[in-house]
Amino acid sequence: MTMQTDSAAGNFRLSMLISDTRYRSYTFQLVAMILLFASVGYLISNLIFNLQTAGLSISYEFLEEPAGYDINQRLIEYNSQSTHWRASVVGVLNTLLVAVVGCFFATIFGVLAGVLRLSNNWIVAKIMAAYVEIFRNVPVLIWILIINAIFLVSLPQPKAFKARGGNPPEAEMFLDAFAFTGRGIYMPKPVLQTGGMLVLGIFLLSIFVMFAYRRYARSLLYSQGRDLPTFWPSLGILFVPAIVIYFVIAATGELPIVLEYPALKGFNFKGGIWARGSFVALTFALAIYTGAFIAENVRAGILAISKGQTEAAASLGIRPNRIMSLVVLPQALRVIIPPMISNYLNLTKNSSLAIAVGYMDITGTLGGITLNQTGRAIEAILLLMAFYLFISLSISAIMNVYNKSVAIKER
Amino acid sequence: MKKSVIISALTIAGLSAGAALAGTMDDVKARGKLNCGVTTGLVGFASPDANGEWEGFDVGVCRAVAAAVLGDPSAVEFVPTTGKTRFTALASGEIDMLARNTTWTFSRDVDLKFEFTGVNYYDGQGFMAPKDLGVSSAKDLDGATVCIQTGTTTELNLADFFRSNNISYEPVPIETNSEAMQQYLAGACDVYTTDASGLAASRATFEDPSAHVVLPEIVSKEPLGPLVRHGDNNWGDVVRWTLNALITAEELGVTSANLDEMAKGTNNPEINRLLGTEGTLGEMLGLDAEWAKRAIAVGGNYGEIFEANIGVNTPIGLARGLNAQWTDGGLIYSPPFR
Repeated sequence: MTMQTDSAAGNFRLSMLISDTRYRSYTFQLVAMILLFASVGYLISNLIFNLQTAGLSISYEFLEEPAGYDINQRLIEYNSQSTHWRASVVGVLNTLLVAVVGCFFATIFGVLAGVLRLSNNWIVAKIMAAYVEIFRNVPVLIWILIINAIFLVSLPQPKAFKARGGNPPEAEMFLDAFAFTGRGIYMPKPVLQTGGMLVLGIFLLSIFVMFAYRRYARSLLYSQGRDLPTFWPSLGILFVPAIVIYFVIAATGELPIVLEYPALKGFNFKGGIWARGSFVALTFALAIYTGAFIAENVRAGILAISKGQTEAAASLGIRPNRIMSLVVLPQALRVIIPPMISNYLNLTKNSSLAIAVGYMDITGTLGGITLNQTGRAIEAILLLMAFYLFISLSISAIMNVYNKSVAIKER
Repeated sequence: MKKSVIISALTIAGLSAGAALAGTMDDVKARGKLNCGVTTGLVGFASPDANGEWEGFDVGVCRAVAAAVLGDPSAVEFVPTTGKTRFTALASGEIDMLARNTTWTFSRDVDLKFEFTGVNYYDGQGFMAPKDLGVSSAKDLDGATVCIQTGTTTELNLADFFRSNNISYEPVPIETNSEAMQQYLAGACDVYTTDASGLAASRATFEDPSAHVVLPEIVSKEPLGPLVRHGDNNWGDVVRWTLNALITAEELGVTSANLDEMAKGTNNPEINRLLGTEGTLGEMLGLDAEWAKRAIAVGGNYGEIFEANIGVNTPIGLARGLNAQWTDGGLIYSPPFR
């Protein structure tokens, strides 16, 4: 049939756009595309027309105006006289903080639950199965609210730490350093004194050296078959130099790093680091919810490696934990990483539910108060969409680089 | 991807499609129902009762407008809105009017392009704290955690108040009044701040209202009133003069009890003009002569609506104060019906 219709270009007739299978699909695609563009164009022109008749115009000048409202958690300098733009940046940083901490804990929860769900221990496996099914199948907003409510009700409020009328306080600080309250967790904050930077610098250098050592150990294993121990030396490289320098400086004079303890002053604890209740509840809820999905990915990844691989490795005399790290895990990661990316993306996007617990993320500042006070809904939402798009694509890009590094290397 | 672009574009276009088109009254009449934006639930101002019927002070305004325009006070679709969603709902045409203790401010009037049709409650922002906190003034609140409803003028006033008194605080932004109450009662914040009327209304719903005090400071002016979109002056006039009719009725002594008698004609020409036995005021609005009579018949005059919903004999127990008639030393004042 193709031989028969495959005639010279000169024989082309207009009707062939419909009748000829070679051209028909192009015709339909073109028509569909024109319709799509026309409808999108209509919607946009309708929007512009309606904005004009309402006397509104798209303008981002409001970003330069003072915001006028306060934000509780600020990672950068901000007060109510700062601009809306700065308020948005505060929100962005809060979103990123939840996303990073949330992804970190979600990975831990997920990997633990995923591996344990494959455990031979019946109770452990069933508990993990229950965790995955319960958390995966209830909307994350509900979990955020439930976990926030549990934190609020079960933990004492700061005033319970105060002695009243001769009575001892109802609640006490843990080790005199940590206060677990319904408003958040207060913990000591390390403060760098003179010489503190040196200790910190040594520690950062140790991290670098540790990775260099592990790399060297690996290359030795591959090239000469010599198997250097890694765990204890890594630990030693990581901590010993910093600890030594800390005590050396401490012996010569004042401590290089001191801890600032939280103390109850007035209505709240002051000093130290304060992980706000809203932040803790939101991050924990997102992490444990997303962890349930990651657990399934991890389980799928491990199950995807056929038993023959493990048995073959065992028959070569490789020890079980090395089978896991050298044979199973590198292959399982190829299956685990791609869905992991979308889980990280989901966690980041789900963090926009933050306002449910009063956490001021970008949706709460730019998409919430700023939008409301300025009335610039379309501008604020467009900016918000651009931000989430940028963050999501960045996470994908970074994770794709990692994915490439674990993907099958064709040799 | 393409699909979601279309959907989002549709949403945006749809949101703005209904906006700014004149003839709201025709729309309402054609629909046979008034879409009125109210709070998601603030006892005394707007909340559903046990049978799901909306009732309250702001609801009274919605019902009066519905009675004036449609002749049926129950022909109202109440649309609950949060502090965040209310203006979008009004601007997009989802609701015809907003009666949701909304503060009349310059930027809302001018920049957001709304038209405030009057003030039905003169309010101010206050603070509520548990009694055992031992706070007697808002100036003692240095370092306190404060619950606020987000998307309201209160969060701007709060920032101004604490800044001008040079004291610090920790804001906890919350979406709705009921959530704020939960957090406040659970101790997530030391004080709750909103309009003083809202504080009184919320406190009335507590298990033990006497365990909480409203601090004496009123830190802002909050004239609350119904509003409509810019650009439809006729509809704005209907809402404005319905509210004025309720106020004027109280001033002239027209109550739900003597309404029928008064409507037969009196010696006071202003009452006659108000109730339509004299002059053509209703016609000028595009309504019939008895529009104001129907509005007043729903829940009585302004004072009666006030007393029935938020007055001293209700659990909310608000005194008239600033909201007394101008003849009694208050600020409630209607331009003449003439």
